[in-house]
Amino acid sequence: MSFQPVKFYQTGTFTVGNRLLPPEERSVQASTKRFNSINSGHRACQGCGEALGARYAIDAAMEAADGQVIAANATGCLEVFSTPYPETSWQIPWIHSLFGNTAAVATGIAAALKVKGLTQNPKTRVVAQGGDGGTTDIGFGCLSGMFERNDDVLYICYDNGGYMNTGVQRSSATPPAARTATTMAVGLEPGNVFGQGKFLPAIAMAHNIPYVATATVADLRDLEAKVTRAMELRGARYIHILVPCPLGWGTASHDTIKMARLAKETGIFPVFEAEYGEVKAVLAIRRPLPVEDYLRPQKRYAHLFGKTPAVETIAHIQALADKNIRKYGLQARKEGH
Amino acid sequence: MDKPFAITLDPGSSLANHTGSWRTFRPEYVDRLPPCNAACPAGENIQGWLFHAEAGDYEAAWRSLVENNPLPAIMGRVCYHPCEGGCNRQHVDSAVGINSVERFLGDEARKQGWKFAPPAAPTGKRVLVVGSGPAGLSAAYHLTRMGHKAVIYEAGPLAGGMMRFGIPKYRLPREVLDAEIKRLTDFGVELHLQTKVTDVQQAMKDGFDAVFLGVGAHIAKRAYIPAGDANKVLDAVAVLRGMEGHDAPMLGRKVVVYGGGNTAIDVARTAKRLGAEEAIIVYRRTRDKMPAHDFEVEEALQEGISIKWLSTIKEAGESDIMVEKMALDDKGFPQPTGEFERIEADSVVLALGQDADLSLLENVPGLVVEGGMIKVDAGMMTGHPGVFAGGDMAGNERTVTVAVGHGKKAARAIDAWLRGEQYAPLPKPEIATIDRMNSWYYSDAPKTMRPVLDIIRRQSTFEEVLGGLDETNALFEARRCMSCGNCFECDNCYGVCPDNAVIKLGPGKRFKFNLDYCKGCGICATECPCGAIRMVAEEN
Repeated sequence: MSFQPVKFYQTGTFTVGNRLLPPEERSVQASTKRFNSINSGHRACQGCGEALGARYAIDAAMEAADGQVIAANATGCLEVFSTPYPETSWQIPWIHSLFGNTAAVATGIAAALKVKGLTQNPKTRVVAQGGDGGTTDIGFGCLSGMFERNDDVLYICYDNGGYMNTGVQRSSATPPAARTATTMAVGLEPGNVFGQGKFLPAIAMAHNIPYVATATVADLRDLEAKVTRAMELRGARYIHILVPCPLGWGTASHDTIKMARLAKETGIFPVFEAEYGEVKAVLAIRRPLPVEDYLRPQKRYAHLFGKTPAVETIAHIQALADKNIRKYGLQARKEGH
Repeated sequence: MDKPFAITLDPGSSLANHTGSWRTFRPEYVDRLPPCNAACPAGENIQGWLFHAEAGDYEAAWRSLVENNPLPAIMGRVCYHPCEGGCNRQHVDSAVGINSVERFLGDEARKQGWKFAPPAAPTGKRVLVVGSGPAGLSAAYHLTRMGHKAVIYEAGPLAGGMMRFGIPKYRLPREVLDAEIKRLTDFGVELHLQTKVTDVQQAMKDGFDAVFLGVGAHIAKRAYIPAGDANKVLDAVAVLRGMEGHDAPMLGRKVVVYGGGNTAIDVARTAKRLGAEEAIIVYRRTRDKMPAHDFEVEEALQEGISIKWLSTIKEAGESDIMVEKMALDDKGFPQPTGEFERIEADSVVLALGQDADLSLLENVPGLVVEGGMIKVDAGMMTGHPGVFAGGDMAGNERTVTVAVGHGKKAARAIDAWLRGEQYAPLPKPEIATIDRMNSWYYSDAPKTMRPVLDIIRRQSTFEEVLGGLDETNALFEARRCMSCGNCFECDNCYGVCPDNAVIKLGPGKRFKFNLDYCKGCGICATECPCGAIRMVAEEN
């Protein structure tokens, strides 16, 4: 595991900072010198998980690359709320691509840097980023190509489970039974279909690329450690970050981090890291909870908890979470001393 | 204008977009009252001194502690720590061992020879403090800090009151008591031993501007027990006081203690240490009704003391006593059953409570005595202007900590009174309850148990029963504090804001909100571990 939790310092490494730890052991986000890659004044909704996740990830990447990062950004919430022409919140070189070709654009930037001899000293690094729509649906072909060629790009997907800024439509990352504008809570099987699932981190691992990891905005230290690790490596790397969306999920704006935490603690979203197609470490569940605790606060699952609760559907979702726990070995373990 | 194709505007920053205008709720930093502080009878700022101890700055922690309580080494041994009962950490794993950290700080201060910070400039006012128990010492200390001259008149041969003549050595070693009293006299508290005040009004005329009474409650309550040999029925106060003399009281091989309070436990444990084969406590009700603290009952039982529940003593004979079995009625009161039993006993010690000796107050106009206690107002002033009282003589809850709290409160009221003002305590902030916090962020860490003296050593000696923490586990224990309701600079609000709208002001200076950009999502408040942020509705 790239991140070793610190114990016994009141909050250990659960909080963003900790005055009891030496400064070098604190997070990037705890520092007043953090880059604030995406600055104030952006137009993301109140409590946006993606705005938070993007700052966590890109600030860590900037820190790891001494501020030498170029980002390619797919169309999507992140692009729309950060950069309404001619204004931008980005404080890094940033290129807006089409919805579906971010991976290809990033590959091009990496190739150009190589041609110009800028990858050595100072070593400028390339990051591509997009939402789950731009990554798992529209940009999937380009992304798979980038993986297969092992291009020197870190691709970060901010997964909020749908096309949110266009009015909450379904993507291939929308979870089963969730209500969206295109999967209404009507009919025999209300909400999104169960389908076969399309868990992109597993697909990325199937390309045997150097590094694949998942993270959530609820575990900052883990997220930063994964971005830092990814920046140490060359070749195609992929990080998939769960970023709750108050608008699309129907949750309170102040519960964004709590929802991400619940997704991890219930086993709905497995947090792990893999190298060359093999899982190397997982973030174990700390306080096990049933999936109902995660589903109930979200209005997109409200139809499961009506007058006659959809017991079978909830059990089905629980079975999926249990499968994650088994498959990745997420069982809670005793916190060491 | 030399711009690329299709570009007509210069790039701008989103900082021009003041998203603060979206806000309907505004975050605010608050300092809530930690439940430990709210529960402390001495009014200590426990969270405040633990904050320094967490960082390993024990001297700063001790200095913060003694702003409210001058007796930490004593307190860390004899306090019944209601703070730990209030501690929010019990909802996470178990309460923080506040009492053991307090003792560590108190002992560290003795080891390092820390002195109190110098008092305020002299005011020229003199205050007479009657009695050198915890109430009197505390009042004298706080008065001295404020620049008044505090003079203690103590009737006994040594200072400390019930801390010396009531609390056994195995709970409070006398060198600890002496050291903390000496620090007070070094600080400027004037102490006159064997000086009994018999007339308060006369004393006031002898050059004092105010009087604080803390004479305690030393007169044992009696119960009529027909006894063939009157010498073998003793009272607890006399037995415990006798322990401070040269000759320990003769209690015999089989000792019966009558009563169910902490004093009864103290006497039984003392008897065991004096060599009694059997020490039996006779109490008329059941364990859950017993006023003694449960952990003391537990320690006594571990030391081999037996307790006869639901029993009263009917008579004391030559070598035994007659007890009658009781039964609780539906109101929970014990009623006689008519069943009798004889128990062997060489002596019977009555521990049925104490009354205050109020003879020095005779003829003082305005004083009201109710139920053997002197009546005081919210500022501890008696019905006679300028005469204040505290400790056992002025309250039902008779503990060292309550007395220390009385002394502090009275000192503040005396200070106000001397300036011709009315004492008004500051309004208390709302309590930092666990539902106002986010306990997810605290790492799991169970309470450090203090080493407990071997049972054998306990039964035969007066060595201290509970050991102290050492530096490493005291630090560990301090760091279990969750800093309820008070910012401890964990940077969470600064990190979790999606809008970079929290400004970090640097170590010790906390944070502030940038309301130009704060959208009022409330993540900072939800994710604040200690509940030091609240959301308030915007007016417009």
